[in-house]
Amino acid sequence: MTRLQSFKLPDLGEGLTEGEILQWMVAPGDEVTLNQVIVEVETAKAAVEVPSPYAGTVHQIHHPAGATVDVGAPIITFDTDPTAGPLVPEGPAEALAADMVPRPSTADRPSADDSGPQGALIGEVGANGRTATLVGYGPKSVTAQRRPRIDGPGSTVSVPSPAGATRPAPARVSALQVGQTAALRSGALTVLVKPPVRKLAKELGVDLTVLRGTGTGGVVTRADVQAAADLPQERPHDTGPAVPQQDSYDPATRETRVPVKGVRKHTAAAMVASAFTAPHVTEFVTLDMTATMQLRERVQAMPEMRDVKVSPLLFVAKALLLAVARNPGINASWDEAAQEIVVKDYVHLGIAAATPRGLLVPTIRDADRLSLPALATALQELAETARAGRTPPAAMTGGTITITNVGMFGVDSGTPILNPGEAAILCLGAVRPRPWVVEAADGTQAVEVRQVTQLSLSFDHRMVDGQLGSQFLSDVAAVLSDPVHALLWS
Amino acid sequence: MTLPATAAPPAAAPETTPVATSTSAGPELVQLLTPEGERVSHPDYDVDLTDDEYRALYRDLVLVRRIDVEATALQRQGELGIWAALLGQEAAQVGSGRAMRAQDFAFPTYREHGVAWCRGVDPLKLLGLFRGASNGGWDPQEKRFNLYTIVIGSQTLHATGYAMGIVKDGAVGSDDGEAAIAYFGDGASSQGDVNEAFVWASVYNAPVVFFCQNNQWGISTPTDHQTRIPLYLRAQGFGFPGVRVDGNDVLASYAVTRKALDDARNGQGPTLIEAFTYRMGAHTTSDDPTRYRLASELEAWKLKDPLERMRSFLYKQQLVDADFFGQLDADADALAARIRKGCLEMPDPDPLSMFDDVYDEITPLLEQQRATYEAYLSGFAGEGHS
Repeated sequence: MTRLQSFKLPDLGEGLTEGEILQWMVAPGDEVTLNQVIVEVETAKAAVEVPSPYAGTVHQIHHPAGATVDVGAPIITFDTDPTAGPLVPEGPAEALAADMVPRPSTADRPSADDSGPQGALIGEVGANGRTATLVGYGPKSVTAQRRPRIDGPGSTVSVPSPAGATRPAPARVSALQVGQTAALRSGALTVLVKPPVRKLAKELGVDLTVLRGTGTGGVVTRADVQAAADLPQERPHDTGPAVPQQDSYDPATRETRVPVKGVRKHTAAAMVASAFTAPHVTEFVTLDMTATMQLRERVQAMPEMRDVKVSPLLFVAKALLLAVARNPGINASWDEAAQEIVVKDYVHLGIAAATPRGLLVPTIRDADRLSLPALATALQELAETARAGRTPPAAMTGGTITITNVGMFGVDSGTPILNPGEAAILCLGAVRPRPWVVEAADGTQAVEVRQVTQLSLSFDHRMVDGQLGSQFLSDVAAVLSDPVHALLWS
Repeated sequence: MTLPATAAPPAAAPETTPVATSTSAGPELVQLLTPEGERVSHPDYDVDLTDDEYRALYRDLVLVRRIDVEATALQRQGELGIWAALLGQEAAQVGSGRAMRAQDFAFPTYREHGVAWCRGVDPLKLLGLFRGASNGGWDPQEKRFNLYTIVIGSQTLHATGYAMGIVKDGAVGSDDGEAAIAYFGDGASSQGDVNEAFVWASVYNAPVVFFCQNNQWGISTPTDHQTRIPLYLRAQGFGFPGVRVDGNDVLASYAVTRKALDDARNGQGPTLIEAFTYRMGAHTTSDDPTRYRLASELEAWKLKDPLERMRSFLYKQQLVDADFFGQLDADADALAARIRKGCLEMPDPDPLSMFDDVYDEITPLLEQQRATYEAYLSGFAGEGHS
């Protein structure tokens, strides 16, 4: 037995593809006995303790607590003979290094986002070498590779040769497709195609290995082959390397496939969880924000505000914080397990931000305790950090209520979906000059051009009734319509 | 005794409020050994075992638990696809398993590792099934222990049919007669198959014992979602006797099963035994019980541990000394090492073996398929079958 033994994360349930490391019970250098619990791993099915398969000492831990690890990836290496003196770097280390070389199916994939999921669509081969299935284990692609056959006319059983292997030189293979084609050639992937269509492809000179089938289960159809045959030899504006490598454009279908991973995957899961858990109600209010916009210029002129930008969002945030103080029930979460509503005596204000990585909701902790200059500074820093893509994960947790500013895109309003776990989300529309009916002190009415905006509020109707939601939204609008309310309520 | 790796601490808040199941079995429970290890008497049931037999029963309990713990660890290490732990149910299985006579036939679920042990099935055969190296694992006739049945409750029909066959063979009506025993759980008691088996067994007076291990949970479903009355009372409606035994008491489980099997072999018809016990671990290694049940329930049942009470009994009766436990621990470790080694070294099966046991005698069509497949396998360059 090799002295250094790595342990790969096993499939702890049935058909799982990944697990999150919750806690290591051992550290490098620790002595371990057989079946001693070394790590706690949470999978989609259960949190389980994993016992050590070896006795010896811990040589190396490959993934820290909190990491999501693919099934089959090494998580720890043991020195199974620690009394045998110092480790010689060559032999065993090489064996280990070879063990950690990415498998063929991962070699073509970019590694820009290591923390991202490495899963695959149903029926596709995932990064861990297994074919994704809804249930069960799914076959490993390595075992699906065909062994060479003795072959020859004497063989009683005919086996179809790997698709495309006998084809003449492919008509058109863009750089983007080389990886996939290589995978097909090596047998890691198989083109699903019926014999008559295969014959047609041969007649038309279409390379099946570069097609993406549109039939059931990815089967290449007659139409796919004909469409590919009708295409010009090269796309006129082939952007080549400019296209992110993980997005695979297919000239046959003129579609781009973008893997759902990272922030996109997280956003999708969060939105689905929220939309199908919390019954959403959305209310709207249109208001004259002229007074606030005038105040904004005066505030910006204050010495304390010398270095920060005073935006309409700052006043909306302040108005929201004042309204929360008057309506604490809006700043709450739903505890399904305990069957309790958790009303929070602090406000961690989430700000939805469009970033290069996707939609993020960084939070300003204890925003209700901040002065206006401090709040303005926090907002500015938050925006700059998010735009630079440097928002730490910790800054995106624990939010209690959220603002989304669609007005910055020139949009009037929206029906936002709650950030999961929160009771309300306030949406700020664009502030525009509009005709508005203004009532003078003597009761006469006149139409004037005013700075008008629309606010909308989505709230979780399990814990927030229409009265509370309406009162809260009305209070926010009151502060923005007439900032004197801020003095009254603070 | 260490707890197995499955007893993970609650990591996440439960999604639903757990439902507490009963930890008290009521006054009708047949018990010969209290949780404290005191021998008590019962008007209808008793055992009179030699000192060696008492020690042997405890030895069975310890070794069976050790097999179970090692198999659970092997699954966590990626060596088994899945494992259904029996932790907490050792006494019900060893008691009933040892109550069988050589000529009796058992029809297990997928959790009867203790019964398999009593029938002399090598634990490695069980591991082969859960490792995917075998489609069955053993010859049912050889040990008179049927293959593990994954379909919930269907083995009660197999056992009933087998028992009806015993009657047709005329192998019933004396102490040398045969009997069948069907194992199932509280969850399976709701299955149509089980209720049909009850009807057939009752009407045909079949020599079959229905041994229900009520471990309180059908995966995440508590027993109060399965029945409004104690399960053993169900038998009354079908027309045969039912009895509730302390399933954590190996002596009572032995005594009650022995009597039910002897009644069956003597032509007295079926009996339903409800062994009141507790699944201390997860349903299988794919399950996380902390999501649906309270830790306090497990703690309450730990006080009724089947091994601890037998250990106390042996101590109090001065049937053992420290050497006995030391030797037993060493034997258990050696057994664990043997099955671990055997599991890791288990060869992949010969692909052609799949044709062997389809029928008692192979058919011409199957023979042809076998030949074709053999030719296909031999058509590869390099190594042969793998």
